[in-house]
Amino acid sequence: MDKEKKSERKRLTIQLLWTLITNAFVVGFARGAIYQGKLKSVCVPGLNCYSCPGAIASCPIGALQAVLGSYEFRLPLFVTGFLILVGTICGRFVCGFLCPFGLVQDLLYRIPFPKKWRTFPCDRPLRFLKFLVLAVFVVALPLLVTDLIGQGYPWFCKLICPSGTLMGGIPLVSANETLQQSIGALFVWKMGLLLFLCLLGVVLCRPFCRYLCPLGAIYGLLQQASFYRLSVDQDACISCGQCARVCPMACEPTKRPNDMECIRCGRCKAACPTEAIEIGFLK
Amino acid sequence: MKKTQVSILLLLFGCFCLGAGWLRGENSVILAKAIRICLECVGIG
Repeated sequence: MDKEKKSERKRLTIQLLWTLITNAFVVGFARGAIYQGKLKSVCVPGLNCYSCPGAIASCPIGALQAVLGSYEFRLPLFVTGFLILVGTICGRFVCGFLCPFGLVQDLLYRIPFPKKWRTFPCDRPLRFLKFLVLAVFVVALPLLVTDLIGQGYPWFCKLICPSGTLMGGIPLVSANETLQQSIGALFVWKMGLLLFLCLLGVVLCRPFCRYLCPLGAIYGLLQQASFYRLSVDQDACISCGQCARVCPMACEPTKRPNDMECIRCGRCKAACPTEAIEIGFLK
Repeated sequence: MKKTQVSILLLLFGCFCLGAGWLRGENSVILAKAIRICLECVGIG
């Protein structure tokens, strides 16, 4: 149990530090403004809204939609290359360690509640929803639904992204009077969705990551090919099931070590009584 | 094809796309979007 707590504490520290580093423009929160430096032409690996007052770089999903919806370019080579690079190097390690909204969900799940769910009957089939979100809201709609000058909109950011609402919408609207006067039905919808996901996140670990995150979908697809891998020594494994019991994403590490749902948190490795699980590069 | 070979190929492809996109000037589109408050993202527009 000590090993598990130590591992989780280390992960939480990395998550917090990374969130602080990538959202270091703290003066933006006071001013109700956003960072406008050149660093915003590059992406961070996690779902970190570029309209967060503190954000010093861009969200890859936002950037993807921006280029898809632009009239100069339709094929987003830079962001696609970035996602393939990150996904191939470390797969969904980003989800487990480098995503601010993943951190928020991890913290929500720590809130005590009488009955916590690990999984439920429709859990696995529902995981395919995030691929639909990726295909429709992130790719198809920005590409196909355009205005008079041929420009598309970031439909995922507009209608779904709770990270944008939490990290961008709430701080900016709170500090900016002009934005406060412009609140309408869309803001209410996004706040409602954020609230729903936060409440669900107390009962079920990482519901957004499981069912809606297009970034998780992309990294999940690349998980099988990633250099950062999980391996199980089948001779040392005693099939106690402890790894599956502690997994926040309801994976079964001994059966599918590189499951596309695994966020590489390392809890299974810490929980294994025989040290049969290894996680690292080229394992 | 071995898993590692596929990974290396993907890595190279990723680098190629990243470089090509940067040379094409896609970063200017990303920057132009990111330095303005995204009204869609914050739930206004």
